[in-house]
Amino acid sequence: MKSIAQINEKIKKGKAVVVTAEEVIDIVKEKGYKQAYEYVDVVTTGTFGPMCSSGVFINFGHSNPPIRMQSIMLNDVPAYGGLAAVDTYIGATEVSTKRGMEYGGAHVIEDLIAGKDIKLHALSNGTDCYPNKEVLTTINKDNINQAYMFNPRNAYQNYPAATNSTNKTIYTYMGTLLPNYGNITYSTSGELSPLINDPYLRTIGLGTRIFLGGGTGYVSWQGTQHKVDVERSENGVPLVHSGTLAVIGDIKQMSTKFIRAAVFDKYGVTLFVGIGIPIPIIDEEMLKFTSVKNSEIYTKLVDKSGNVSIDKKFNYAELRSGTVKFNGKNVHTAPLSSIYIARNIATTLKEWIINKSFELTQPVAPLPFEPKVNSLDIREIK
Amino acid sequence: MSKLKLKLTFDKDCVTRPIIYDLVKKYDVMTNILNANIEYGNRGNMILEIKGKEDNLKLALEYFDSLKVKYEIYAEAIVWDEARCINCGSCTAVCPTQALYMGKDDLLHFDKDKCVVCQLCINACPLKIISVEL
Repeated sequence: MKSIAQINEKIKKGKAVVVTAEEVIDIVKEKGYKQAYEYVDVVTTGTFGPMCSSGVFINFGHSNPPIRMQSIMLNDVPAYGGLAAVDTYIGATEVSTKRGMEYGGAHVIEDLIAGKDIKLHALSNGTDCYPNKEVLTTINKDNINQAYMFNPRNAYQNYPAATNSTNKTIYTYMGTLLPNYGNITYSTSGELSPLINDPYLRTIGLGTRIFLGGGTGYVSWQGTQHKVDVERSENGVPLVHSGTLAVIGDIKQMSTKFIRAAVFDKYGVTLFVGIGIPIPIIDEEMLKFTSVKNSEIYTKLVDKSGNVSIDKKFNYAELRSGTVKFNGKNVHTAPLSSIYIARNIATTLKEWIINKSFELTQPVAPLPFEPKVNSLDIREIK
Repeated sequence: MSKLKLKLTFDKDCVTRPIIYDLVKKYDVMTNILNANIEYGNRGNMILEIKGKEDNLKLALEYFDSLKVKYEIYAEAIVWDEARCINCGSCTAVCPTQALYMGKDDLLHFDKDKCVVCQLCINACPLKIISVEL
C-alpha cells in the first residue's frame, strides 16, 4: 500500500513516477503488474467530449445606482435571474433569442474564457434598495467578480454507442445518425477516460483536485444521474453509462483550448469540456485498473430512435477501427469526443505533477452510493 | 481529359428535361451524379462530376446557360479551419465516401479525391468550421 500522502512526498521531492493512462499499458506489458505497481505512483487521465450539463456562475459587481437583476441576457442568451441581485448562472445549452441554435450559453462561456467583451442587458422592477431598472453594458472576465464553472454532470463513466433503426436520418446529441443503421457514433476517451481508469471510484471522491478546462478544479459532488450499480465487464468497467461527476473550477484559469462551444445539427448547443483526473496508484489493484486497454472496454449499442432494443456490445478498439460488423453488414463508426485533446490533457496534467504545481488530494468523502436512478412518471395533478 | 465538379440548380421548367442524357449524347461528357435532390415538376439541385474534352465541357456549360440552369463550379472540395478543429470526428460520421477520416494519429484527415462535395459534413461539424470552396 502507498498512501496519497506518501505519493505527495515523492512529488515534492521530484521522485514520483507519473505516466498517462496510455503509457501505463506499455509499462505493464514490459514489467508485469507487480513491478509496474512498485514503479508507478500516479496515472493521469483525460477526456474532451460534449457535456451538456455545464454552466458558469457569475457575479457582475454592483452598478451605481444598483440593480436587482431579474431578467438577464448575455449576448442575447438568457441567463438565470433567480439568484441574488447581481449573481447569475449561464447554462451551456441555452440558446440566443436572436440567433437561435447557432449561438448559445456555451458560446458565451467560450467567449468569456477567450477574454472577449460580452453584452449584458439586465432588467428589473426596481426596489427601494435597488432602484435601477435597466442596465446595458459590456462585461469581460477581468471586470466581473467570481466566474466559476459548476457542471452538474460531467465525465460520464462510459456511454452507449448510438445508431438509428429508422428509415430517416435522425439528429441527436450523439450526432447525425444515418437511416437503416447507416452509421454508429460513440463518445469516450476509452483507455484515457478518467472514471474508466477507476471503475469503482476508489480514489476519486468529494474534493478530488482535477484538471478542468485548462485550470485547476475540484470534484464537488456526485454528478446528476450518477449510478454505480450497473452491468460491468469482468475487469469492473461498466457496459453502460454509470458514474458521473459534478465539478467546479475558476474560468479565469481556463483556456479555449480545453473549453469549446459546439452545436449538434438540429439538436442544440453543448459544451466540449476538458477534464483530467490523476489516479494515485495506492495498490496493485489500482495499477491493474489503470492499465485497462481499449480492446477490454466494452459499450452497448443503443437505437437512438428508441424503436428497437439492440443486444450488442463492442469494444473501443473495434469502434475506433472505423468499421464494425453489425447485422451482417460493415457499419461505419465515428467518434464524437476528441482523443487528440484528451491525450493532451493527460500529458499536461502529468507535466503539472512532475513540475510540482499540482498535488494529489485525499477525497474528503467518497461519492455517495446511489442504488438506482428514478425516472419521471407523468402523474395526474390533483 | 478535363474534370469539373458542379452544383446545378434548376427551377420547375427544367426538371423534366433529360439533362444527363443530353450531356452524354450531345456533348460526349461522362457524368457522375454525386448528390441529387429533385422535386419532380418543382425544382431541384444536383452535384455532378463531368469528365470530357475541354471543348465539350465548355459546350456543356453553355448548354446549361441555354436552359437557364444555374451552375456553380467547385474548384476545391470542402475546406476546414484546421486551427480551430478539435479533431472530435463528428464529421466523419456522415461522410459517405470516408474522404474525411480519423487517422492513426487521432487527427482528422481529408482525402480530397474521394470528396463528392455532398456537404453533409458542413452541418454535422459541431464547431461549424467546415465550408465549401467554390
